[in-house]
Amino acid sequence: MTVHFSYVRPASLQDAVSQLGSDNALIHAGGTDLLGCLRDEVFPAEKLVSISGLPELRGISKTTDNGLRIGALTTIAEVAAHPLIRESYAALAQGAAAVASPQLRNQGTLGGNLCQKPRCWYYRGEFHCLRKGGNYCYAVNGENQYHCILGGKNCFIVHPSDTAPALLAFGAVLRITGPRGSRSVTLADFHVLPERDVTRETVLEAGEIVTEILLPPASAAMRSSYRKVRARQAWDFALAGVALALELEGGRVRRSRVVLSGAAPIPWRAVEVEKIITGSALESEVIHEAAVAAMTKARPLGKNGYKIPLFQGMLAEELEKMRQVS
Amino acid sequence: MNNEENGEKTGQCRCVHGFTRRGFLTSVGVGAMAALATSGRLSAAQEGAVAERAAEKAVVITLTVNDRSHRLLVEPRWSLLYVLREQLGLTGAKVGCERGECGACTVLIDDLPRYACLTLAVEAEGRRITTLEGLMAGEELGPVQQAFVEEDAMQCGYCTPGQIMSVEGLLRARPQPDQAEIRQAVSGNLCRCGAYPHIVKAGLRAAELKAKR
Ligand SMILES: Cc1cc2nc3c(=O)[nH]c(=O)nc-3n(C[C@@H](O)[C@@H](O)[C@H](O)COP(=O)(O)OP(=O)(O)OC[C@H]3O[C@@H](n4cnc5c(N)ncnc54)[C@H](O)[C@@H]3O)c2cc1C
Ligand code: FES
Ligand code: FES
Repeated sequence: MTVHFSYVRPASLQDAVSQLGSDNALIHAGGTDLLGCLRDEVFPAEKLVSISGLPELRGISKTTDNGLRIGALTTIAEVAAHPLIRESYAALAQGAAAVASPQLRNQGTLGGNLCQKPRCWYYRGEFHCLRKGGNYCYAVNGENQYHCILGGKNCFIVHPSDTAPALLAFGAVLRITGPRGSRSVTLADFHVLPERDVTRETVLEAGEIVTEILLPPASAAMRSSYRKVRARQAWDFALAGVALALELEGGRVRRSRVVLSGAAPIPWRAVEVEKIITGSALESEVIHEAAVAAMTKARPLGKNGYKIPLFQGMLAEELEKMRQVS
Repeated sequence: MNNEENGEKTGQCRCVHGFTRRGFLTSVGVGAMAALATSGRLSAAQEGAVAERAAEKAVVITLTVNDRSHRLLVEPRWSLLYVLREQLGLTGAKVGCERGECGACTVLIDDLPRYACLTLAVEAEGRRITTLEGLMAGEELGPVQQAFVEEDAMQCGYCTPGQIMSVEGLLRARPQPDQAEIRQAVSGNLCRCGAYPHIVKAGLRAAELKAKR
């Protein structure tokens, strides 16, 4: 049984924001991540503010500029199954379909997926680690086979989301409402590296709620994919994941976004790969060069060096598949 | 629970086996009884919004389980799994990992399979909850249950109720699934005995039986 908390389910966004004004008040969307954290006493909660009574945060629709608006409360299963997403933003549908298990996809929301807490077993366990206000990241010299190889400095979590890589590759923007009104933040600016602030994962301020995720229009030349490698086919988080969003024209890559999951504390843009493939045809030498370049900055810990060849192999295979459809 | 015994005459929930007044009192405590008597919050709950419910105090909610409505006293932190089993005596949903990693607790919420261990009971208000018990056709087994028996789709049987609920959820959305869809549908239900080949057969058989009824 978890700790005691009070519970409120407001009927308006404004009320939800003001309810979040009290100490240790936390947002409950699907609860799939939050309730696990509370059960393991990873952080305290005095009040849960459920946003499930806000239907305006649900649903998927076209925007006036032909992009897509996805309400933050839309379930992962709805994202995975939606015809517009499967057709025009395939990598997002594939990423959503690769999350957890069918039951968790029916319950977990897209907003919750982007805001979920790290899965590092020291963070989730009884360790007073750096991220929880302690002095030490236990992964540095500990069991670090699932930790990051890029972007870690003082803390070595990987970002657990399977939807964020595709959303970042598509250039998603988040709409956020809080005590001081509404604002937009690009997904690229949403997640926070530990070197900037080790105690937070996102730029959300107290009382702020992600209300919707906006995607720019997808060009007809866009091809996208997400591939996830994991130890078993259900439940598991990504050991390594690769999202590609490429615009192809006459056999050449006109624009590209390449994002890795399981690599870094935030969804990680592989800019080295983008630089090499953009403007080129996807020939084997280019693919090989790009796959190698992706890992030049990687700094593995004691037990996660296997991720380097894994990412290189996945990138090469995924780019090769893109060449074949182009 | 028997509402008459609590002095609550809602006329909705008649009786659930295995739950006594004494069990009720020990599980929610006397302070909670006072909360029941003074609670005027139900109308807000019915409109979908809920005023703040204090920690450590039980609150009144109405849950619709297997087409029957139950007025219950729950603490905000109680999972749906706990309430189904301990308050309603519906033990079809099993306690496994209690962290969303095994599927033993699977129930349908608005026809979709979900983990009752990671769903707060207060969050299930206003939704249609179906448990294993709700799949019975009177005294007879329902088609999915019958198919699991016919195909011998269990060994120790602990995961079976959850597997059945996942297959039921699949068939409600896709009455004629193929093997791959069945495998996918039960991928969130861990069977440590490895009965999956028979579970997939049972899924196919269940579709046939359901089509006949
Ligand atoms: C066994 C298991 C396996 C999993 N496997 C995967 C996996 O493979 N891939 C993957 O990507 N995920 C996985 N997950 C994580 C899964 O919980 C999330 O994917 C899910 O989408 C979270 O959504 P939720 O609505 O349930 O979030 P909640 O649990 O309700 O919330 C998660 C966090 O985000 C905050 N939050 C929620 N919504 C908002 C919002 N709109 N604005 C601001 N903050 C918000 C909450 O306060 C909380 O801190 C797994 C979880 C479990 C339990
Ligand atoms: S008990 Fe709910 S998933 Fe294991
Ligand atoms: S039959 Fe034993 S766990 Fe599935």
